[in-house]
Amino acid sequence: MPQEETTRQAVLDLLRHQQLGVLSTVGEKGPYASLVAFAASGDGHHLYFVTPRTTRKFANITANAAVALLINNSINDPEDFHQAAAVTAVGIAEAVSPPELDHVRGQYLARHPYLEDFAHSPSCVLVDIRVDRYILVERFQNVSEYRIAHDLDHSA
Amino acid sequence: MTWITALEHLPAGRPEEIGGKGAALFRLRTHRLRVPTTLCITTRAYRDFIEHAGLREKIHLELHRKVFTQMRWEEVWDASQRIRLMFLRSPMPPALERELAAAVAVTFGDAPVAVRSSAPEEDRSGHSFAGLHSSYTHLRGVAPVIQHLRMVWASLWSDAALLYRQELGLDTATSAMAVLVQSLVAGEASGILFTQDPTRPQQGIVEAVHGLNPPLVDGKISPDRWIIDARSGTPIDHTAPETRDRWQSPRDLTAADALTPLPPKLQKQPPLNESQLATLWETGRTLAEREGTPQDIEWTFCNDRLVLLQARPITAAAPSANGDSDPRAWYLSLHRSLENLLTLRQHIETDLIPGMQAAAQEMAAMDPKGFDDTALAAEIRRRWEINQRWAKVYWDDFIPFAHGMRLFGQIYNEVMQPEDPYAFMTLLKNQDLLSLQRNRALARLADGLRDHPERREALAAGGRAALDGPFRRSLEAFIRTYGDLSCTVTGAVDCIPDDATLPNLLLEMAKLPKENSPSQKEGATAELESEFFQACPLASAEDCRALLSVARASYRLRDDDNIILGAIEAQLIAAAQEGRRRAAAGSEEVAETLTELGLERDRETPSRSATTPPPLVVDRQITGQPAGPGLARGRARVIQRHADIANFKKGEIIVCDGVDPNMTFVMPLAAGIVERRGGMLIHGAIIAREYGLPCVTGVVAATDRIRTGQQITVDGYLGIVTLGETDPAATQRM
Repeated sequence: MPQEETTRQAVLDLLRHQQLGVLSTVGEKGPYASLVAFAASGDGHHLYFVTPRTTRKFANITANAAVALLINNSINDPEDFHQAAAVTAVGIAEAVSPPELDHVRGQYLARHPYLEDFAHSPSCVLVDIRVDRYILVERFQNVSEYRIAHDLDHSA
Repeated sequence: MTWITALEHLPAGRPEEIGGKGAALFRLRTHRLRVPTTLCITTRAYRDFIEHAGLREKIHLELHRKVFTQMRWEEVWDASQRIRLMFLRSPMPPALERELAAAVAVTFGDAPVAVRSSAPEEDRSGHSFAGLHSSYTHLRGVAPVIQHLRMVWASLWSDAALLYRQELGLDTATSAMAVLVQSLVAGEASGILFTQDPTRPQQGIVEAVHGLNPPLVDGKISPDRWIIDARSGTPIDHTAPETRDRWQSPRDLTAADALTPLPPKLQKQPPLNESQLATLWETGRTLAEREGTPQDIEWTFCNDRLVLLQARPITAAAPSANGDSDPRAWYLSLHRSLENLLTLRQHIETDLIPGMQAAAQEMAAMDPKGFDDTALAAEIRRRWEINQRWAKVYWDDFIPFAHGMRLFGQIYNEVMQPEDPYAFMTLLKNQDLLSLQRNRALARLADGLRDHPERREALAAGGRAALDGPFRRSLEAFIRTYGDLSCTVTGAVDCIPDDATLPNLLLEMAKLPKENSPSQKEGATAELESEFFQACPLASAEDCRALLSVARASYRLRDDDNIILGAIEAQLIAAAQEGRRRAAAGSEEVAETLTELGLERDRETPSRSATTPPPLVVDRQITGQPAGPGLARGRARVIQRHADIANFKKGEIIVCDGVDPNMTFVMPLAAGIVERRGGMLIHGAIIAREYGLPCVTGVVAATDRIRTGQQITVDGYLGIVTLGETDPAATQRM
């Protein structure tokens, strides 16, 4: 398999198998990290999560839409150093609004059905991270970067 | 499971606790056969040691830096050496060390012992793999036994074991090594017994030598050999070796590798008499019957009493060790003894190198332009054959000789236990390599340009005619000796028409301040050398000096061999170039010969097109093996073909498949090296150390993943190449 395909596949595998990621945002008081339950679009070009509007992360996103989301498959074991893979998605976050909202929420809930009430709560917002690039780290120090070509993007 | 148990006190012979050899000895004892006094150091001791020292994770990291199948044999060897040094340097649980010391002292006192591997894996695999793991003999006292115990443990991860890891089921999470410490039996005759010849089931085989067994097992001396009729137990054939002249004497148990002349009286007689042969056969036959399978037995007669050293079922040879297309058997054949290397060195220095030089000179004396078409076709073929012949010598003799460095490194690390596994290279470098001589000649030419703008202008404008006489003559003398650097081999010229490699290179070098040649640090080397000689474990001081000398010759040859071979290939290139001109002018005869020999075109592959759009996936950090310490930042110069080197600029980082001595002339200009080929002892790593350049080797598909002009950072401490911008201050902070 060519390297481009293996990297893409490794990224998609992580997106498919992991449920949680660490979201990094920047606010007036500096950087902030929070754990979110995410879902990815089939092509990996978009990542979605739901958050109450009152949270610090949402305030940060409103002020500065640039975010990063770290997703990894470590199991809290020393073997993680060579076996775990981690991907950092870097992109721009914004709240999803109608008419896409129902469709995207459907995708999100297909991944996290137990979050039905949470995702429908009027106090929550569904956030779309439009991914600009993924940085994949494998075997401790092997790093590759997968740039998303959004001009070819027809999914939303 | 305890850490240490005497064989006779073991409740059961479980291979997972005491390994395959241990379990076999346990069964011999239950059959009431005589075996040496044996302490079993169980797999639990191994596990507790690696747990205590945190080695499991370190080994795992070492073996997973890269996808294992992408590791070259040299990288596997390097990894196994680094692991071995971890075993030697790591602390042992104090209670284990105390218990070991007490058990060894009480059981053996100061008597000589053997420390043998007994891996559960080897037993489970159903195949016999000779020489995967280490065993050591002739050790006396607690400290040497414990040091060799560490080395036997480490041999669970020997390069051979790693190459056969799949067959063995080798796994950092589960694999362990048991070790046997045994009294060294001073047998007057020893050998091997096969109760069934694997190819002729009706026969058994006995091989025997005077004295101890190790030189027979290691193939250092030839044995007497008997064929036994399996049904009647009578010998049906006896073959004596050509000479019985050396042995490992049972009367001198001081050194493991000392072979001494066999006393004249014994030279005339076979090691076994009829009655001993009968006793041996009967014992083996009974054992095979009780075990239900034919046996491969190592034995010795001590005071005329038979002692069995080990026994195992006769198994098929390792499936791929049969020499077919599996290269692993070939890799492992590259391990050579000091004795073998000394012979090889003699052959290389007195026969092969002079032979190659004579062949090159003989061809150089004949200008291909002077031949008519028929004679030229014949000459091309002759040169092709000469080149083939010496290329074969390169593989058969020069490549194995590179083990000289490895053997030295292994022994150096054993006794010096340095923090840096490659510290031994300090004792090998700073030699007058042919490529460094050429690079110095080049530096002198650059010196001649530095203060002469008019020469630089003339050279940049092209054409040597505009150069002043003295400089032109120096330049031409350089080309006569080393070629014009446009070819992949040193000594050839005109591989690229209108080539400007040499002028470009000289102009770049003239921009550098004077003196950028490898540093010489004689003082530190002399001190290290004397420290090594004091600690050297070989039988004699003479052997230690021979070892270092062989290692230095091996290091030198690793670099010189390509240049020496290149001088021959240069003559083939010259004839082929003339041939191509004739073929283009219509000579069918010459054209046919060129096509037949695959010489119709220059063998260089074209560069990748520069117009390919940038890929969506790019590497940011690639790991390889750290091969030259340091941190360097610069633009990449990717060498897809030799011609790419022509435009090398000062401060660039050379990215190539493999640095060979025919391209090292750019090293004074380079800031760092990135190489696909992996290993610490390859040309790239050697030359990086000579020039003190940061170097990372073993970077998979380096020349495809990195582009010329790209900003890269080479971390030669960790073996990491970072692509794209990095903080310039990061490299300055070091």
